[in-house]
Amino acid sequence: MSFVEVLDVIAMAMLAVAGVLGVWRVVREGSVADKLLGADLLTVIVVGGVAVGAGVTSSPLFLDVIVLVAALGFLAAVTVARYIEKRGARFAGDDWT
Amino acid sequence: MNELGAIITVIGAGFSLISAIGLHRFPDVFARMHAAGKASTLGLGLILLGVAIRIGDDGEFAKLALAGMSAVIAVPAGVHLIGRAAHRAGTETSAETVVDELSDARRLRAAAEE
Repeated sequence: MSFVEVLDVIAMAMLAVAGVLGVWRVVREGSVADKLLGADLLTVIVVGGVAVGAGVTSSPLFLDVIVLVAALGFLAAVTVARYIEKRGARFAGDDWT
Repeated sequence: MNELGAIITVIGAGFSLISAIGLHRFPDVFARMHAAGKASTLGLGLILLGVAIRIGDDGEFAKLALAGMSAVIAVPAGVHLIGRAAHRAGTETSAETVVDELSDARRLRAAAEE
């Protein structure tokens, strides 16, 4: 393996560990706001992973996906944040997990 | 140029990993906001910069710049919205919290209206 290939594997492995930590936060622990932060981080990690994939294969096909997912993540965060704000503390405490 | 781009990409992936670790290590939602909003934005920016250096084509560079700009604007704004919603919904702060100016301001305003 060349130097660049090793670096690609390292970058992908770091993103994979970060993704597992994010999924763990969404599935297992915390209030709704915590889970939403985890989901927001997951979209950023997915965008990063697709970007690294585009760099590895040097294929421009993935770049449209990057732009779209980056925009969609913001919409998702806004929607669920509005939901938490309207439903109130009852749904944001630790008892509703 | 390939090596430089790969090194920058690895640094960006490291920032994303640090952000995910911070999401578990920090004590409450309002501290985790900082991990999820800042470190991950920097990490994504570095990853996109590294990939742009590696691909090195003008049209693709424009797309990566667009994705990077929208991420720099949207991710911190979205995380801030989440934090504001959590505060309005009455999420408790951790015991180590020193200052909560939004609660203080709301209390002062309620007292002034009475």
